[in-house]
Amino acid sequence: MRTVGERIARPDSLDKVQGTAQYVDDLSFGAMLHAAVVRSPLAHGRIKKISTAAARRIRGVHAILTAQDIPGQNLIPMIQPDQPLLAAGEVRHIGEAVALVAAETKSAAEEAARAITVDYEALPAILTLEEGFAKREIVQHWKLRRGRPCDIFSRHDVVVVENTYQTPYQEHAYIETNGMIAVPETDGGITVYGSLQCPFYVQKAVASVTGMKMNHCRVIQTVTGGGFGGKEDAPGLPAAMVALLAQATGRPVKYILSREEDMQVMSKRHPGKIVYRSAASHDGILLAVDVDYFLDAGAYATLSPVVLWRGINHAAGPYRCEHVRVDAYAIRTHKVPCGAFRGFGEPQIVFAHERQMDLLAERIGLDALQFREKNALETGDHTVTEHELKESVGFKDTIIEVRRASNYDRLKLEIEKSNGARISENPPNPKRRGLGWGCCYYGVGLGARGGYLNPAGASVVISSDGSVNVAVGTTEIGQGMITVLSQIAADALGCPLEFIRIMPPDTSRVPDSGPTVASRTTLMSGNAIADACRQIKSRMAAVCADYDFSKIIAEMKSQAVAASARGETHPKSDFHRIVTSSYTPSNRASGHWSEEAWLWKATIQRCVQNMVQLSAHGWAVPPQTTYDGETGLGDVYVTYSYSTNLVEVEVDIETGETTVLKVWTAHDVGKAINPQTGEGQIEGGVVQGIGYGLLEEHVLATDGSKAATRKTGKGGPFPPGRILNDQFSTYIIPTPMDIPEIHSLIVEHAFPYGPFGAKGLGETPIIAVAPALVNAIANATGIQLREIPATPERVWQALKQEASRRTQQSPRRSRKAASAI
Amino acid sequence: MAKKLKRKTQKVHIAFTLNGEPCEVAFAPHKTLLEVLREDLNLTGTKHGCELGECGTCAVLVDRKPVLSCLVLGLTVEGREVTTVEGMQLADGSLHPLQTAFADLGAAQCGYCTPGFLLTAKELLEKNSKPTRDDIKEALSGNLCRCTGYIKIYEAVELAAARMRGEAAEVPEEVVLGLK
Repeated sequence: MRTVGERIARPDSLDKVQGTAQYVDDLSFGAMLHAAVVRSPLAHGRIKKISTAAARRIRGVHAILTAQDIPGQNLIPMIQPDQPLLAAGEVRHIGEAVALVAAETKSAAEEAARAITVDYEALPAILTLEEGFAKREIVQHWKLRRGRPCDIFSRHDVVVVENTYQTPYQEHAYIETNGMIAVPETDGGITVYGSLQCPFYVQKAVASVTGMKMNHCRVIQTVTGGGFGGKEDAPGLPAAMVALLAQATGRPVKYILSREEDMQVMSKRHPGKIVYRSAASHDGILLAVDVDYFLDAGAYATLSPVVLWRGINHAAGPYRCEHVRVDAYAIRTHKVPCGAFRGFGEPQIVFAHERQMDLLAERIGLDALQFREKNALETGDHTVTEHELKESVGFKDTIIEVRRASNYDRLKLEIEKSNGARISENPPNPKRRGLGWGCCYYGVGLGARGGYLNPAGASVVISSDGSVNVAVGTTEIGQGMITVLSQIAADALGCPLEFIRIMPPDTSRVPDSGPTVASRTTLMSGNAIADACRQIKSRMAAVCADYDFSKIIAEMKSQAVAASARGETHPKSDFHRIVTSSYTPSNRASGHWSEEAWLWKATIQRCVQNMVQLSAHGWAVPPQTTYDGETGLGDVYVTYSYSTNLVEVEVDIETGETTVLKVWTAHDVGKAINPQTGEGQIEGGVVQGIGYGLLEEHVLATDGSKAATRKTGKGGPFPPGRILNDQFSTYIIPTPMDIPEIHSLIVEHAFPYGPFGAKGLGETPIIAVAPALVNAIANATGIQLREIPATPERVWQALKQEASRRTQQSPRRSRKAASAI
Repeated sequence: MAKKLKRKTQKVHIAFTLNGEPCEVAFAPHKTLLEVLREDLNLTGTKHGCELGECGTCAVLVDRKPVLSCLVLGLTVEGREVTTVEGMQLADGSLHPLQTAFADLGAAQCGYCTPGFLLTAKELLEKNSKPTRDDIKEALSGNLCRCTGYIKIYEAVELAAARMRGEAAEVPEEVVLGLK
């Protein structure tokens, strides 16, 4: 039977609900040491001297390494070769690693790290994006030039809206912090186990610092407690650290970051600043956008160039817009390097364009939804990069679905009425309801700048009992990859789902399959599996086509029944499962598959007897994409997923507090391989988007910041640039109390190249939530925020300003009214 | 408590009930219950999320009440009854209805926060066999999850509660759709 499109329960959840899933910190190896890291307290400084003598005397210390002890290159290879593993001579951000310790226990390692003294000479630090831009500390500059925006903006018959928007750092806040274990192998290689998204990035980092060949650096992903992009580029650092320490000591080394350390030093979503000017005609056609887009990259380039590139490619949103000028800059500052985060450079610029859409609509006198619908991309249209959309454009249907499910037109009137009634209550009810829209599209996969990272491989091996091992190079990080790829493999082979096992990702099993990012896993690994399965199926067909299996099946059944009756089969054996339909793992009867399972087993038996090769490597290469570096134009992605959100909020105008009541969120995903995992992605993404829009930001120390550190208990000024909120009590993510009603809606405009028509879904859910929230706050209260998160403080301040602006204006207005009379 | 402290090794020896079985363990007295469970008893189902009492990931039941195991010393459970995710199964070895419901509905995504949610929800259902959505939100409000957006967790607790009341012995239609 076909499993694609069905709500198959996650096969990996049985281990997770029993506590038997093995995350990296659950693993131990014989004679394992523990690591600790000495980190820079300064945003920028010169290292004058590192004294390790006292630390070396601590009992149980086995190795202390600094930059000069690195046998390979002191480099974490990413896009630009700028990031050392250990600071050599100069530190460029607070928390940059300076020295590594391995010791018998974690506490001995930490004690030794504290005993290492580093003398620094403080250097001037660049702590703001503006300062970095003024000093031309530009990591990357991308341009987009289309049409003649200047001509549009100089016209008198257009509506122009211009604003500057600010977006904050966002912390991934995966519940499992980063962690790695390196194990030296007897043949001289090193195996690294860890919490990670991209095994091949980690492999490159380990090979770089150890100086080993890549085939000696094996990376195995352990069950990973959330990623969201935070375990894309950043895990290369802890992996390289434990690998060096394992190489130096010849013993396994474990390093698990504490929550505060993880929040201080690991990557985050780039803070953004967007200067956005839009022009539309009076009848509601979006004509031109003119944008300067800045991201604060932090001290090293990491993935900033491509994060920025994704932002610029989606600069005008999912709308037709023929005249475009965008300059996008990633700016180097002396702060923690930012990296990948779900949405990857889009949430920042989408916040800006979706606010602009509302403000333009208001100026034109159109409903926010009408204005969007009028300009929405459809088949045959061109994107902002002049990519002609030939197929699979479900954007309008996402709008239609949300409008239908929310009963928008009626809801809007009902809210207006209810707000009016609240104002006239005595005393007036301070709560105002409001609705806000947010739309986006998302280029699936890495696109034209992905290069050799674009393809993905898969290995499919069928054992003689019919069970199937599927190995891929992408990873399960909670998003549901194991489930979805199992379904694709089962349907591509035509075998029951329970025969499929997705192996833990291991760099020694498949070739470099690129990273688990960019909503590409279903598409790329799915196609690679389908490719391998096609090869095996055609070999199977050669001996099985038109073959009558009934005799084999009857024989196998009678043998199995006899064996079972004699008590020879283990209750949990595959045979037993098929014979006894009552076997129910987690109440799931697998009995109804038995006929299909028998046929599959018989087929495999015949193939084995006929010496058919029941294994294959699959390879998927995406369709051609193009990009012109001068103009920024091209068919930059293979296809796009589309999303529309409508949120209903309630704002307390006395406290500034916003409560999210309802969210309708529709996504064109091509084909939902599994609607249940799809909903999981949507609900989780929306809630992370609520965090981004309303709650989450990092506060950095300025010159005057004083606070007591938890560890030392000593008061005193924090160095400028230090993150002050590095715990869940100060960096607030949505809790179970913050969750609205979420209506997840799936739209399927099949993508012919995708497996079973699938595109990607991982990221669209988070991207356009924040602007929808701020638009809804504007709708409820009249305040126009240009900065997120819309914390109660910010909303309250804006309400106060708005009130004082109104009182200043009102005399003038009444004079006008008088003169009109 | 801590009567058997041996100065030389700096270890304490305590006895308590762990997942329904008598348990004796020796450990350094400064260790938290979380560390004792994971490091000295090898029960790694209980996870650490922050070790500051802020995320609920390490929740276990002590005398049937949820406790953040990162905030209490191992010493404090002497003579008491501790339940971890490893002890959630029913007497016949089958999964607890909460475990089944979490698996069936996809309420465990990355799964790292799951043991803490399961144990906190277990206590809720023992106190209140028919919790409202608001009761569930409040009971789970000390647990953080970053993957699910909590919706499927609420639904799983509701499904488990219904099954435990004997109201819906089967998985709802939509859930098993693919398995028919």
